[in-house]
Amino acid sequence: MTGSKALIQALEKEGVDVVFGLPGGANLPIYDALVDANFRHILVRHEQSAAHMADGYARIKRKAGVCFATSGPGATNIITGIATAYADSSPVVAVTGQVPLAMIGKDAFQETDIIGVANPCTKYSFQPRAAAEIPEVVKKAVYIAESGRPGPVLVDIPKDVQQATADMKFPDLIKVRGYNPNVEADLSEMARAVELLFNAERPIIMAGGGVILSGAFSELQALAELVKIPVVTTFKGKGAFPENHPLAMGPIGMHGHAEANKIILEADCIVAVGARFSDRSVGKFDEFGKGMSIIHMDIDPAEIGKNKSVDVALVGDVKSSLRTLVKMFSKKMIKRDSDSPWLKRRKELIQYYAETLKDYPREITAKKSLKKLRELLPANAIVTTEVGQCQMWASLHFDVIAPGTFFSSTGLGTMGFGFPASIGAKAARPDFPVVDIAGDGSFNMTENSLAVSVLDKLPVIVFLMNNYMLGMVAQWQRTFYNRRYSGVHQHRCPDYVKIADAYGAQGIRAESMHELEKAIKGALKSDVATVIDIPIDPEEDVYPFVAPGTGLKDMIVGA
Amino acid sequence: MSALVENKPGVLFRVTNLFRARSFNIESITVGSTEQQDLSRMTITTNSDEKTLDQLVKQLRKLIDVIEVKVLDTDKTVYRELALVKIKAVDPTTRSEIVNYSTIFRGNILDIDKETITVEITGTPDKIDAFKNLVEHYGIAQLSRTGVSALPRGGVES
Repeated sequence: MTGSKALIQALEKEGVDVVFGLPGGANLPIYDALVDANFRHILVRHEQSAAHMADGYARIKRKAGVCFATSGPGATNIITGIATAYADSSPVVAVTGQVPLAMIGKDAFQETDIIGVANPCTKYSFQPRAAAEIPEVVKKAVYIAESGRPGPVLVDIPKDVQQATADMKFPDLIKVRGYNPNVEADLSEMARAVELLFNAERPIIMAGGGVILSGAFSELQALAELVKIPVVTTFKGKGAFPENHPLAMGPIGMHGHAEANKIILEADCIVAVGARFSDRSVGKFDEFGKGMSIIHMDIDPAEIGKNKSVDVALVGDVKSSLRTLVKMFSKKMIKRDSDSPWLKRRKELIQYYAETLKDYPREITAKKSLKKLRELLPANAIVTTEVGQCQMWASLHFDVIAPGTFFSSTGLGTMGFGFPASIGAKAARPDFPVVDIAGDGSFNMTENSLAVSVLDKLPVIVFLMNNYMLGMVAQWQRTFYNRRYSGVHQHRCPDYVKIADAYGAQGIRAESMHELEKAIKGALKSDVATVIDIPIDPEEDVYPFVAPGTGLKDMIVGA
Repeated sequence: MSALVENKPGVLFRVTNLFRARSFNIESITVGSTEQQDLSRMTITTNSDEKTLDQLVKQLRKLIDVIEVKVLDTDKTVYRELALVKIKAVDPTTRSEIVNYSTIFRGNILDIDKETITVEITGTPDKIDAFKNLVEHYGIAQLSRTGVSALPRGGVES
């Protein structure tokens, strides 16, 4: 059997049902073997999008998403997608072609040391140097990508290794020495956590992306309801907890909900679940959490104490840690009061900011559009976002109801992520409506994926809040650079309705709330991708805003 | 720190790239073979505060090619460094002084010509510093230090 055939078979054995990719000189043998594969191949128009699609697929399926690219520029094109997956702990497996072994190091045509390039943004990488290594390498790649704290893995296969034949052994079990992802939290630490939580007067849960990666939704809800704790999330954790739940407070952070940013500073005990205390979430590291006790649950021991020193560390899968914590806490047998002063404070803050925050005065605004979208979408709809103002508006104004149905490029902040990722999500769950909450600048970067959406019959909705601006940059230039605009205008180009049309998708311009409602309803029924072009005033800013380098207490609630 | 790592291409790159990417300052790093053919041992010395050291160890452990990492307590560790010192030595008094110092430091004279003497010194970094300071005024033509290699005292590692 050839190395290429072994690659395809090994992927089949891992249950891969779709691969996103683009062929080239150095992966021709793989594409030849792909003809006989029993999984689907989706041809992209740019390799970056292949990685984002695999990422979107992986986040919804919570298993490895696979992409293929050729050597050199094909491989470097996927790097942005790999770095995105790394920053958000997503299990992407990227298979790149490489020049033949004998050509490596000779600066051959389309040769890049992709292992070297990818090192800082992959969990691990392999370069099999004999065809017989391929089955085990693939199995290890998928295992490493999916287990522990998930992350992208690169498999770089020289062309002659793809072509060579060998007797193949497909292992059922593998062991990676030096990699032990299955850890259970220490029980004495757990007892300390129970004690801290029991004695806390104003406890709060800060749920991060780890809850979503672990699928620990019901466990998180059980803890919140048992102890009667308000739940804030990080932006990556948005949707870890139903945002219409009576204990929900929404995301904290630079553009977090005002009430969430406020209440977390008043807490005396924080339970951080699968969160990493990023600067975007907590502002200044040393200012955050002063005078509070912090219980930190994470599967990655290196996250403990990285940005924030904590009182109790529970290292392990948060699903299992939460389960144990709930079990141990319920032994305390004290019924918590749902009418405590702390929960009253929660209501008070929500009400205060609902009355204080002013709406932007216009017939159609980002906030109103997103509220309308939520109203018309079923609860199980999957939502991705682009990056910039659109993303932060989504965080603020689009409530996630079904846990795990929302994701975004939160760590790397990759413009162009949302649309291909939504196509990947649609490939994972064709039965659910999928929406990319987009801005024009970000959608522009990967809009050629419209071809994929149309040709591969993966109809998603691009909810394009269009101010023909690199809006977030413009907002910062307004706020911090005295309105000296530099490099932000898109000059009403292109016409997105015509763009959609050119690809055989559906383009609808919605200039009033009435037209928007009609467009969303039409898009939900459409069997091709729909771009809804919604004109947004370029002066509409995202508020609240915690300026970079400041603390959550310095939050600016409006202009 | 002592780290047992996979003995295969690219591992040193992964380790040093980690130091660079996370801005960890390393004084020295030595790598060599061990009692097991498929494992290498790295000895890393760093001058970090406790918090940084804790992160360094955790990030190292996270690397898949790193099998185990131990922070070595200098009191319970045997550690040595080797230095080759080429000293300018033309006049006979200087030459005999250097030979004397070398003997006192239990060094070896490895090479000698009309203008220089090359001495091999083995010991703790302090001892090598002391020798270097002693002969510095003659003029050091070239110096090469290996960095520290270390093992915990006694017992057998699991």
